[in-house]
Amino acid sequence: MAEVLVVVESGVKKVTLEMLTIARGLGSVSAVVFGEADTAKLGEYGAEKIYVASGDDVDGYLVAPKATVVAELVKSVSPAAVLLASTQEGKEIAGRLAVKLDNGLLTDAVELAADGTATQAVFAGSGIVKSKVTKGLPIVTIRPNSVTPSAQAATPAVEQLTVAVSDADKLTKVVERVVEQKGSRPELSEAGIVVSGGRGVGNADNFKLVEELADLLGGAVGASRAAVDSGFYPHQFQVGQTGKTVSPQLYVALGISGAIQHRAGMQTSKTIVAVNKDPEAPIFELADYGVVGDLFKVVPQAADEIRKRK
Amino acid sequence: MNIVVLVKQVPDSGAERTLSADFSVERASANNVINEMDEYAIEEALKIKEAHGGEVTILTMGPAGATESIRKALSMGPDKAVHVSDDALHGSCAVATSKVLAEALKTLNADLIIAGAESTDGRVQVMPHMLAERLGIAALTGARKLTVDGSQLTAERQTDEGYEVVTAATPAVVSVWDTINEPRYPSFKGIMAAKKKPVQALTLADLGIDASEVGSAGATSQVLEFAPRPPRSAGTKVTDEGDGGTQLVSYLATEKFV
Repeated sequence: MAEVLVVVESGVKKVTLEMLTIARGLGSVSAVVFGEADTAKLGEYGAEKIYVASGDDVDGYLVAPKATVVAELVKSVSPAAVLLASTQEGKEIAGRLAVKLDNGLLTDAVELAADGTATQAVFAGSGIVKSKVTKGLPIVTIRPNSVTPSAQAATPAVEQLTVAVSDADKLTKVVERVVEQKGSRPELSEAGIVVSGGRGVGNADNFKLVEELADLLGGAVGASRAAVDSGFYPHQFQVGQTGKTVSPQLYVALGISGAIQHRAGMQTSKTIVAVNKDPEAPIFELADYGVVGDLFKVVPQAADEIRKRK
Repeated sequence: MNIVVLVKQVPDSGAERTLSADFSVERASANNVINEMDEYAIEEALKIKEAHGGEVTILTMGPAGATESIRKALSMGPDKAVHVSDDALHGSCAVATSKVLAEALKTLNADLIIAGAESTDGRVQVMPHMLAERLGIAALTGARKLTVDGSQLTAERQTDEGYEVVTAATPAVVSVWDTINEPRYPSFKGIMAAKKKPVQALTLADLGIDASEVGSAGATSQVLEFAPRPPRSAGTKVTDEGDGGTQLVSYLATEKFV
């Protein structure tokens, strides 16, 4: 059975486990890890093999060395497919890989069939497309929260790769990595529950209310563009057409009117709940449950009620 | 500094969008506009030109109708534009598009190529790195801040966890998010001036690319089917009469979220 390469950018994330789960349906799973490999976790989800590429040549430069490593591996093992995460970096590696191999690529897949047919959500979730790579092997990026990861134990063989990158791969140096995300909240794009605040939250300080509800539900915090533009919350938490696209089990919209810009980033969520004082707010058109009311009354009461039930 | 800004015309993301019968993006009936993120790329280019001198050129690949977006882009202040247009380009995939743009860029000798971080239609985010790969130059993508010091570029690249500081020397491709600046509105003078600015037309033949390498003929992937997602229907809506929060939690409990 041919190998299927699953590219793990940095650490095992939920989307990694989703990719491993999908890859098992396409062939024998081989993870390609940059840096430290979590052998136990990758094995638990069915990786038969783990290729490890590490060192300053991979770490110290942006994207290009990783694409070279994967391209060399594709040439030597002729895999049935290459799966990457639909993150900015995952897509960028995929893009370079496609050019290097003169190969097609598909991004933002939510399903991948054994024959390589990918299902993609297009136009901000308002359309569904099925497509296939017609030149070369399937290079597909998988969107977080597409499938439920399932374990299937394997004992992976670990192989250290020799990294040989060109000078052209070392043109962009990474001189610093700064972590701004605080606390133990799940990452926005892969969270099962997202609680977002909009213009109605009023100011940056009031976002504590959004964070409190998110923490009680074990979710991530998001923000609408209006809230980000007003300086209430940092840009990396923006959900919408010009921010993150999320597809959680539960999306809670607080003080968000539901402009198309915002809906584009969250309308594929399984369940949507909204609190807004304007009964005509468009967010109610897609909410499974909506409360028309003052979020400064409704949210604290909801928080108390959750605490009581715990 | 010789700066080229990549501008794409896209269907308005605020309106209904669909695919046409051949599964390419429906443009004929759409309200076509400049890709919003590209306006931030133009603004950044103009700011660099204002600080360091040089020239700003708009590069667009698209059908004849894209001229409208090119004029709009020029009205913000760039000096000139290059429009790559050819019937054979219809239905081009990202790989083929990068081939065409790379060949066009080779004729422009840019120190700096600036693009929006993504287009609102495809949202594929691969073009800057594809171009860097083809041209053998640096790529600094997803920038929320860009500093130019001579030929040295420093960018803050937005990540899920925070940001990375990345550096490279020109020539380079940079892509920017909408947090990087506030695009200017075209002035009346700018709009009038844009009408007279040179727009160079390039065809595939001019770039030495065979029609079989691009468009539907040269596509590296194919759409098999398309269906609009069934619209969501509104569920229960209650008005808070003092117990809205409690009711909300009851609903969440029924759905097993608490």
